[in-house]
Amino acid sequence: MRLLTHNMLSSNIKGVTNGFPLRIEVEKVVEKEVDFNVDFLRNMFAKIEWKALAEASRTMGYSELPDDAESSMLDSDEFLRKFHHALLELHLEEGALVCPETGRKFPVNKGIPNMLLHEDEV
Amino acid sequence: MEIGCGSGYVITSLALLLGKEDSGAYYIATDINPHAVRVTCETLVAHGCHAEVVNTDIASGLEKRLSRSVDVMVVNPPYVPTPEEEVGRHGIASAWAGGENGRSVIDKILPVADRLLSDKGWLYLVTLTTNNPLELCLQMRKKGYASRIILQRSTEEESLHVLKFWRDLDTLLEANECMALNKTENGLATESTPFSPFSIWKHGKRNFD
Repeated sequence: MRLLTHNMLSSNIKGVTNGFPLRIEVEKVVEKEVDFNVDFLRNMFAKIEWKALAEASRTMGYSELPDDAESSMLDSDEFLRKFHHALLELHLEEGALVCPETGRKFPVNKGIPNMLLHEDEV
Repeated sequence: MEIGCGSGYVITSLALLLGKEDSGAYYIATDINPHAVRVTCETLVAHGCHAEVVNTDIASGLEKRLSRSVDVMVVNPPYVPTPEEEVGRHGIASAWAGGENGRSVIDKILPVADRLLSDKGWLYLVTLTTNNPLELCLQMRKKGYASRIILQRSTEEESLHVLKFWRDLDTLLEANECMALNKTENGLATESTPFSPFSIWKHGKRNFD
């Protein structure tokens, strides 16, 4: 699971109002090289919750992202490279996503988050 | 995005068709079956593609943040008419069991698709004749979607359609007018819309497949 996807996931448990961002528990991180695409990054920047991405990438052991970001930074190649790496190349291979409100853990195995709910959570 | 990716054949084909990720697409595939999502990953890898795969019910967990963001959605749902109790969370039956008229899961997916599709989003949905595709088109029309049957195939066992839906301003205005009309005529809003398949096809012709 890429951090892009982490940025798109929220806790879906019934009654949870503040389910984003899910906290990451890391067991294993994998890095996979992805082609650099500036247009893709610019498009995605508008949809990303930056603080969640910066925090998530730190949890994954990558501390290069600034705490805050604004669209003018997209002119910097250095910034784009870091954004690219954090967003697309860091994969949570094994671990869990934790609901910020209830503490419920959603396991991540072989890079696949399991967001299935128990009957009493739907 | 694919909902119900099963073997991964469809999302992999889509990724191959639209180009791998340097084309600037972000692919997501979901399935309720944990075996299916693993197989989807294997299918993707075998073809040198990547999609983000999530084990979830329809798009649960993704709906908030992906709201109005999906440009292309493909769905080959469990459309086979079965007893309602077979529509389940577990096992391989979730790959086909569609409940009454095969519509139970389709009827859950369509409102989710409505929330996730972007303004220019396209939804492709496989249906069986028994699923009553025309009724699905009319239902979606009330939400402002134009639609079109883009493919029809029959085998000895089943007759399949691929429906395409997209947001259409004229259809939306028409739907709103209809609602307003029903309100003034009856004093309250009703779900009924005059049956007029013609206007669906009229709008459909403006677009490509």
